[in-house]
Amino acid sequence: MSMRLALPHLVRRERASLAVTLLAPLVALSGATLVNLLLYVAIGKQPGAVFHAMLLEPFLSWASFSEVLLKLGPLLLIAQGLAIGFRAKVFNIGAEGQFILGAIFASAIPVWYPQATGGWIWPSMLLAGAMGGALWAAITAFWRVRLNANEILVSLMLSLVAAQVLNYLLLGPWKDPNGFNFPQSVMFQYDAMLPLLFEGTRVNVSLLIAFLLSGLAFVFMQRSFPGYRLEVGGLAPRAAAYAGFSEARAIWLSLLIGGFAAGLAGAAEVAGPLGQLQRSISTGYGYSAIIVAYLGGLHPLGIVLSALVMAALSIGGDNAMVSADLPIAAVRVFQGSLLIAYLIAMAFVRYRLEWPSASTRSRA
Amino acid sequence: MTAPLLSLRNLTKSYGPVRANRGISLEVGERSIHAILGENGAGKSTLMKLIYGVETPDEGEMLWKGAPLRLSSPASARKRGIGMVFQHFSLFETLTVIENIALVVPGQRRALLSRIRALGEEFGLEVDPLAHVHALSVGERQRVEIIRCLMTDPKLLILDEPTSVLPPQAVEKLFDTLRRLRDGGVSILFISHKLEEIRAICDRATILRSGEVTGHVDPRDHDAHDLARMMIGRDMPEPLPVTAAPAGEKRLELIGLEDTPDDPFAVALSSVNLTLRAGEILGIAGVSGNGQAELAAFISGESRLPAARREQVQMMGQPVGHLGPAERRRLGFAFVPEDRLGRGAVPELSLTRNSLLTAHPLGLQRHGLIDRARAAAFTADCIRDFDVRTPSAEAEAGALSGGNLQKFIVGREIMLKPKLLFVAQPTWGVDIGAATDIRRKLMALRNEGMAILVISEELEELFDLCDQIQVLRKGTLSAPLNARDTKPEEIGRYMMGAEAAREALSA
Repeated sequence: MSMRLALPHLVRRERASLAVTLLAPLVALSGATLVNLLLYVAIGKQPGAVFHAMLLEPFLSWASFSEVLLKLGPLLLIAQGLAIGFRAKVFNIGAEGQFILGAIFASAIPVWYPQATGGWIWPSMLLAGAMGGALWAAITAFWRVRLNANEILVSLMLSLVAAQVLNYLLLGPWKDPNGFNFPQSVMFQYDAMLPLLFEGTRVNVSLLIAFLLSGLAFVFMQRSFPGYRLEVGGLAPRAAAYAGFSEARAIWLSLLIGGFAAGLAGAAEVAGPLGQLQRSISTGYGYSAIIVAYLGGLHPLGIVLSALVMAALSIGGDNAMVSADLPIAAVRVFQGSLLIAYLIAMAFVRYRLEWPSASTRSRA
Repeated sequence: MTAPLLSLRNLTKSYGPVRANRGISLEVGERSIHAILGENGAGKSTLMKLIYGVETPDEGEMLWKGAPLRLSSPASARKRGIGMVFQHFSLFETLTVIENIALVVPGQRRALLSRIRALGEEFGLEVDPLAHVHALSVGERQRVEIIRCLMTDPKLLILDEPTSVLPPQAVEKLFDTLRRLRDGGVSILFISHKLEEIRAICDRATILRSGEVTGHVDPRDHDAHDLARMMIGRDMPEPLPVTAAPAGEKRLELIGLEDTPDDPFAVALSSVNLTLRAGEILGIAGVSGNGQAELAAFISGESRLPAARREQVQMMGQPVGHLGPAERRRLGFAFVPEDRLGRGAVPELSLTRNSLLTAHPLGLQRHGLIDRARAAAFTADCIRDFDVRTPSAEAEAGALSGGNLQKFIVGREIMLKPKLLFVAQPTWGVDIGAATDIRRKLMALRNEGMAILVISEELEELFDLCDQIQVLRKGTLSAPLNARDTKPEEIGRYMMGAEAAREALSA
């Protein structure tokens, strides 16, 4: 035989491997953890201390675990919405903007009616927020259907526009007159706040809503016919065209669902832990949720797990910044490497490595 | 006696659990036209890949003029003098013939030009070296492929199903070329499943069945019946029953359908007319690439006409040119497309979920929720009634063989009980037994009053099935010809067009 370098190559499996599908997230998580710990050693931090602060502490006290739950809500909501679109291969990357618009729409009620009271306020805020997010996503859907404008670019750029809309409102018409010129709205009245789930924590009913909608997402994707149509459109667009499933409808549905969920999350954030509209309402939930969606295998149940992991990581990252003196970028590096590790691991669901084996040749 | 040009000893090749070739031995002599005969899936293509260096065998050895032959790539095969012409051509349409050849053959342009002309004269491979490939007929493109192979002076030329793309008259011309090549000292491996052709041109035949050699014969000593028995392992299936039925109402009508696509490489359709009635099978013949894909999309609704021209396509007496596939299906239309994976079925989904694709109106979904029990029952019926070989209804569509998936898709569409069934390439890649089953079902449905439209490249199939045949050439349909009293050669003349036919006769 010729003296070729014995490099392994990827061979397509006859069918997707279930074992690898289930193992991939775990392998990715441990792989990314290892790489990052090495990175921390390289920048002169104590890997043991970082590990403890980042991965264990979030689960060690009820106080910190409740913060994990608080982060879990928006991540879970947004990721479930995005995953539906991603499975239809409609890549809504602008959940961040839809989140901001959701926060703005929800804030309109307490900003315009600061004296209003009654149990109707917070539900209407959530609804208004969801509508706001969906409307913002509708812009992307419209141009995609009308002009075939790439939804990745349009939705991403609209996120930047959304941030400027927020800036305008907070520096102009919605600025709190008694706020010492800080760019923030008035503090919301009591009835504009979401009821708490557990006393003594900041966890509110939006977490319950997120779990409820996760269940709904499961039914939609696994059992419903509209969900099936989206799936076919994503897996085999020509089969969808053959069966007469409208592509335009799939794009609209995907983006509206994604926008609705992100807007809802935005509303829950201002009506929950923040209690007012601020510049820093989102700490990148819209982008982190993309990672959550893929890490969860775009499956509603997987996403529940991956949202928990990402929420814990982000709380743990905050801990590590304080107690182990980790730079702020380290958390983002961890998230990014986690996604890359996962994508690599997922390649092995449909492919396997084949080493050029000596045994087959000796038989020849 | 000298060693044969090529001998194979016990070649074995497996893909995972599938043993594509098992202990294959054969010898190709000098100046021989050697047939490799077998059904789809018998292992012909795998064997050719081994000989052409695309794959390496797991076991066994190859000898070239008596010396061991090890090939690591097609390039090393070409260096040894083995050339191959694939079924699907690999030419750049926007380049000229000489430019295409210069891409793979080194040399001065002028030298190449004169060699191309010389080869053309010597072997009857006339083609204008300066013509653009997109302007050439299929036969001419094949000649370019053969010339390109001959430029490297091969001793062995492998031709993969070379006649499947040619009209009947062009086949004769190809055979003339092959005989001249043989007399000029080139051996030819001729892969085919067409028995009469093999009897006409080959002096040896190796017959494959399920990856194994079932016979080495001189095909001239055996009739087609014998060869078929060796190929499929039993007698040829009975001919199909034909009952003449009075034609019913119009189910499909195309009235002056025309369309100029934006895509410069798509075929424009012009004044396409056809009428298909209940209880009738209409066949559309023609060499692929003459507008079949475009026409099929306008009939299925995957391409739509502007509302102003909706009258150009009529189904069940209604104008439907502007309607999409789902709306046409609601009128009683069903369709088996020519590509199964990714169009007729979603490869990553189970058969059960693939049933939903078009059978969802049969109560497989209610109020937006999938009725899994009904979907499973429908799929089980389809698997049973159409003899789909699959481990279970939950197997991914992509894991089925082409023929079995085709049976599944044909079955699914037939189970919709359409008034109008459109089948593109009904038996592509399906073995002879299953192909006969599919044709028999189509005939039975016709006798029950279904209107059936068939597009096929296989003339024999169309003659077996159809009441009327129309020929598609350069985006235009011929007038309908009665299949019972038309000869294949006549259809062939329409396939080539009158001017090309004259050229072939004078050549």
